[in-house]
Amino acid sequence: MTNSEKNRLKDKAFQVFGIFCTFIGLVVLAIFLIDIVIEGIGRIDWDFLTSLPSRRAARAGILTAWAGTLWILVLSALIAFPLGIAAGIYLEEYAKKTKLSDFLEINIANLAGVPSIIYGLLGLELFVRFMHLGPVLLVGALTLSLLILPIVIVTTREAIKAVPRTIRDGSFALGASKWQTVWNQVLPASFGGILTGVILALSRAVGEAAPLIVIGALAYVPFVPSSPMDEFTVLPIQIFNWTSRPQAAFLTNAAAAIIVLLLITFLLNGIAVYLRHRQQKKIKW
Amino acid sequence: MTKKQSKLEASNLDAFYGDFQALKNINIAMEEKAVTAFIGPSGCGKSTFLRTLNRMNDYIDGFRIQGQIQLDGRDIYAADVRVDELRKEVGMVFQKPNPFPKTIYENVVYGLKIQGIKDKKLLQETCEKSLQQAALWNEVKDKLDKSALALSGGQQQRLCIARALAIQPSVILMDEPASALDPISTAKIEDLIHELKKDYTIVIVTHNMQQAGRVSDHTAFFYMGELVEHAKTKTMFTSPKDTRTQNYITGRFG
Repeated sequence: MTNSEKNRLKDKAFQVFGIFCTFIGLVVLAIFLIDIVIEGIGRIDWDFLTSLPSRRAARAGILTAWAGTLWILVLSALIAFPLGIAAGIYLEEYAKKTKLSDFLEINIANLAGVPSIIYGLLGLELFVRFMHLGPVLLVGALTLSLLILPIVIVTTREAIKAVPRTIRDGSFALGASKWQTVWNQVLPASFGGILTGVILALSRAVGEAAPLIVIGALAYVPFVPSSPMDEFTVLPIQIFNWTSRPQAAFLTNAAAAIIVLLLITFLLNGIAVYLRHRQQKKIKW
Repeated sequence: MTKKQSKLEASNLDAFYGDFQALKNINIAMEEKAVTAFIGPSGCGKSTFLRTLNRMNDYIDGFRIQGQIQLDGRDIYAADVRVDELRKEVGMVFQKPNPFPKTIYENVVYGLKIQGIKDKKLLQETCEKSLQQAALWNEVKDKLDKSALALSGGQQQRLCIARALAIQPSVILMDEPASALDPISTAKIEDLIHELKKDYTIVIVTHNMQQAGRVSDHTAFFYMGELVEHAKTKTMFTSPKDTRTQNYITGRFG
């Protein structure tokens, strides 16, 4: 075999290996999804979506669970977005580069990697025990807000950083203040990027069960929450509860609930991808 | 000919980025309604000096100055001077055209809108007048509501000039305004500078010696943070006093 033949063989070998690596993740995911869909799709109907939980699998529905998930989604968004975006703007546009800001920066990045159950314990201690709020929607949303806050801050900063220096200079040179520049130039130009990151953070929050179980959210809530101070459950907790039961019918319920949860997540991610795409088309520096 | 008044004046000006001294004891007076060109090799301090004239360096961490810069006899670094007021008086055009990702109209009236001016008629009139002053009106009058990013580089730069004119400054600083443009667009910008100096005091940084020769009345040569020589452009180009100036303008370095 000549050298060039050897090289071509190596090239080919890596190509095959690369395809294998690429597909292994996809295949596992596909098998999981197909399995879930086969198991659960027949169970999804109007009754399943609009029924309260029940001890009997055939009568149990996910109304309270998805209503809780929706509540959590909206409340977390309302809490985490303003805080995270404001913090991101401050760190990127206002804070002077000092030892303190470096320290903050590193720690915010670290916080994004802290396991979610730790946030659950923090929420339990701070909101449930110290502030006596009880295991209610507001506490769940506050806890998940803490969880996604670092992600929102980091993505906001990345999106703001992508706005060229020259745009800020142009605005300052016309007599604009820092806030006018941020509000009129930086935020509109980076809004798509910020929103993308924020939605991805939310889709992470939607899938969390552990921190909510820790703060005391229940699996069995026989009513639809009507205020942030109501007790609640969410889809992941409902799924967790059903999969831990011995009866096969509950496993089918769990599969059906997983499909609904996945649809919510895919929808959020889809919106994020769409927004990013639109932003890229709109603005070319 | 009566001697014109000086508009901007720097005295004993030092500037620092942290420990690095970028400008050393600069003394210069810039004449009103005339064009002063700053020339010199990269890193000589000419852009730094230009940006001290409207305090664009304020936001750079570790930047500080000593000495004085006076606009119409008033120290622009005095404690009671508001930077936004100063920049209404001293406009700036940058090296790379930097239109905002908004419509042409919104670009021109931005400076007015942030001052809180909402009168539609006034905004529209100012928009037309500024675009005409910047020799861009005829090219864009039918597409004021289109994105400024769709314009060519040369048009974008004239839009940035119109944007600066809209807030009626008395001084316009230009930081290599044509270095990113093709020769035809460059010629248009230079013609425009000729027009504008009737009403405005213009300070331009340029790398292009011929350009300095064509557009400026006075030239200042900077080297290693020092102002080596400042004279009438004709004098400077025909009989420079300092050998460093001579070497630079004859192309021996830089």
